Amino acid sequence: MSRKPRVALFVTCLVDMFRPSVGFASVALLTEAGCEVEVPPTQTCCGQPAYNSGDRETAKRLARSVIAAFEGYDYVVGPSGSCMGTLVKDYPAMFEGEPAWAARARALAAKSHEITSFLVDVMGFTPTDMKFAGSVTYHDSCSGLRGLGVQAQPRKLLGAVEGLALKEMKDADVCCGFGGTFCVKYPDISAKMAGDKTANIAATGAGTILAGDLGCLMNMAGKLSREGRPVKARHVVEVLAGMADGPAIGEARE
Amino acid sequence: MTAHEPTSRLFKENVKAAMADPNLQKAMKNAGEGFVGKRRAAAGGVPEFDQIRDAARDLKNHVLGHLDLYLARYEEKVTAAGGHVHWAETAEDMRRIVLDICRSVDAKTVNKGKTMISEEAGINGWLEENGIRPVETDLGEYIIQLRGEAPSHIIAPAIHVTSDEVEALFRERHTHLPADRNLSELSSMLSEARTILRQKYFEAEVGITGANMLIAETGQSIIVTNEGNGDLSQSLPKVHIVLASLEKIVPTMEDAATVLRVLARSATGQDMSVYTTLSSGPRRAEDPDGPEQYHVILLDNGRTEMVGTEFQEMLRCIRCGACMNHCPVYQAVGGHAYGWVYPGPMGAVLTPSLIGVEEGGMLPNASTFCGRCEAVCPMRIPLPKMMRHWREREFERNLSPKAARYGLKFWAAFAERPALYRLATRAAIFALGLMGRKRGRFAKLPLAGGWTAQRDFPAPEGGTFMAAWARAQKVKGAR
Repeated sequence: MSRKPRVALFVTCLVDMFRPSVGFASVALLTEAGCEVEVPPTQTCCGQPAYNSGDRETAKRLARSVIAAFEGYDYVVGPSGSCMGTLVKDYPAMFEGEPAWAARARALAAKSHEITSFLVDVMGFTPTDMKFAGSVTYHDSCSGLRGLGVQAQPRKLLGAVEGLALKEMKDADVCCGFGGTFCVKYPDISAKMAGDKTANIAATGAGTILAGDLGCLMNMAGKLSREGRPVKARHVVEVLAGMADGPAIGEARE
Repeated sequence: MTAHEPTSRLFKENVKAAMADPNLQKAMKNAGEGFVGKRRAAAGGVPEFDQIRDAARDLKNHVLGHLDLYLARYEEKVTAAGGHVHWAETAEDMRRIVLDICRSVDAKTVNKGKTMISEEAGINGWLEENGIRPVETDLGEYIIQLRGEAPSHIIAPAIHVTSDEVEALFRERHTHLPADRNLSELSSMLSEARTILRQKYFEAEVGITGANMLIAETGQSIIVTNEGNGDLSQSLPKVHIVLASLEKIVPTMEDAATVLRVLARSATGQDMSVYTTLSSGPRRAEDPDGPEQYHVILLDNGRTEMVGTEFQEMLRCIRCGACMNHCPVYQAVGGHAYGWVYPGPMGAVLTPSLIGVEEGGMLPNASTFCGRCEAVCPMRIPLPKMMRHWREREFERNLSPKAARYGLKFWAAFAERPALYRLATRAAIFALGLMGRKRGRFAKLPLAGGWTAQRDFPAPEGGTFMAAWARAQKVKGAR
């Protein structure tokens, strides 16, 4: 490519509010991979909570504003398989029967990517001179895994990090129990699923659990700390960008 | 009781009870993992497995577009072979037809192979009310019949029962056997049940089975079993009744073979079930054995109303159970919590379709949309998508819980106004960040009691990304 691809960062609500450092790590990685990164200032939420709650009209209103804010870029990239899954899979389905918007939704979907798959599949990126001392295990978040086929890419990127040992857990591809509004509607089932997940995480002996979605990470981190398990939780981009030295998710900052 | 009264609207209470039941939790833990590994190995053993799934999906889609044609052809064939086809629009119709047939031969006992349609129509309770004894001959069904329960899984009806519980049950109920017999092995329990059931086969006047498929080309019905109980149930009594729902029809024997290639692999991880039995009608003059009468009762019970709607694809379901075997929610709570006949993801879609969203609306909400069910469904049914359709119907009809609706509205009011959203998120996160700074997490948080009852809530880092980004850009611009 003669010029750098213009990439719009879809920050996601949770990263915006709970872990801005994931946003900065994403910008750093995309820049390192040779992208011109911009952050469209009118972005809010992809609309998935409304869509999954059956409120299709609200979801469509939010989708229209996301489409309008992001369609002018070469690519749309976000640090979440879940939110990006909404852009890629749900938007085109949402506007079935509205040809003009459906076409715009499909065009946006075609250039929207979860960050690790974008780095590997589109940019052919490999981290260089990146170090992380310790063992990690990786949780495959559902939407990224089954919706977008994100599985090998984060592992490939982690494989290039010097000193990092990846210890796979049992049932890495089973839901952690977060499920967006599910954890509010059915907290007991959600907590049980989280407990199954943390038991599998702990069984690997890894010091850090990594994943590509902040919702899952907050769920797993919250369960791990409640159980008193000394495992840190981080978004995978923090490690890949060499920004994993601050407090982990749910750790004190003072 | 003519049918198990639905308790689907009590799903939350059912879940509480299920999660507090140590036997259930133990049984589910033991059972769940076996199915997943076996299915993976069986599917992996057939390189073209996904192409067969596509073919099976296309086949059923074709059938659903021509139900009338194939059902008419099937009826013709059954009739020509000397059998009878009865049409039951409702569960009540099916109960009445079954009873009429049983009474016509003065039946006292009815042997039953495993059939979920019988559960849907409430046949057992109905027969008992009318003085006829139904005897379940599938081992799992036999166990839950002794326990007075409904199946908790569509292919493994007693999956919620531990082997210790079965041993205790057999000792309590089989009092004619020596009290000091050894029942410590699964095989010893199996052979005990088998011995008892063998005798019953010769007592029944009527045998009832389900059908995995009906073949229009030949007028045959197919059942697959692993115990051979279906064969004995249908060939020894004078009368054989097949209970099936309309959508079980396939055009040809070859089509049936396509479905069979994915059915057992998806269900139990077998290449084929141990027995695949075809029923072709009553005994012919030259046959050494077989029933004198052959009846097929076809149940609609709301299915034709699903045709042409966004739920039509659910009618492709072949009842393999793969979706529930792979569902973390089903694995956590077991099948009874779903409160009606069909549990798990397929039940979450089918229950509101068949008994109404007012009763079954909780079920399609009890999903994280993790998508594992759709990933393994041999018929490629988009189960999460259809659960979402139910949520949409609920939302349109104002049936979803008020708190959730208001919460969503409140949030949407901000999310649709970026400037306001920026302000509100900054303020909220500033406060939350300050509160959580010391420990980095909350053990308790207002409005998040469900979450914090069993896990901490990680505190935000402090400040939003959007604000920090805007600041950084300004600094960059000023340089």
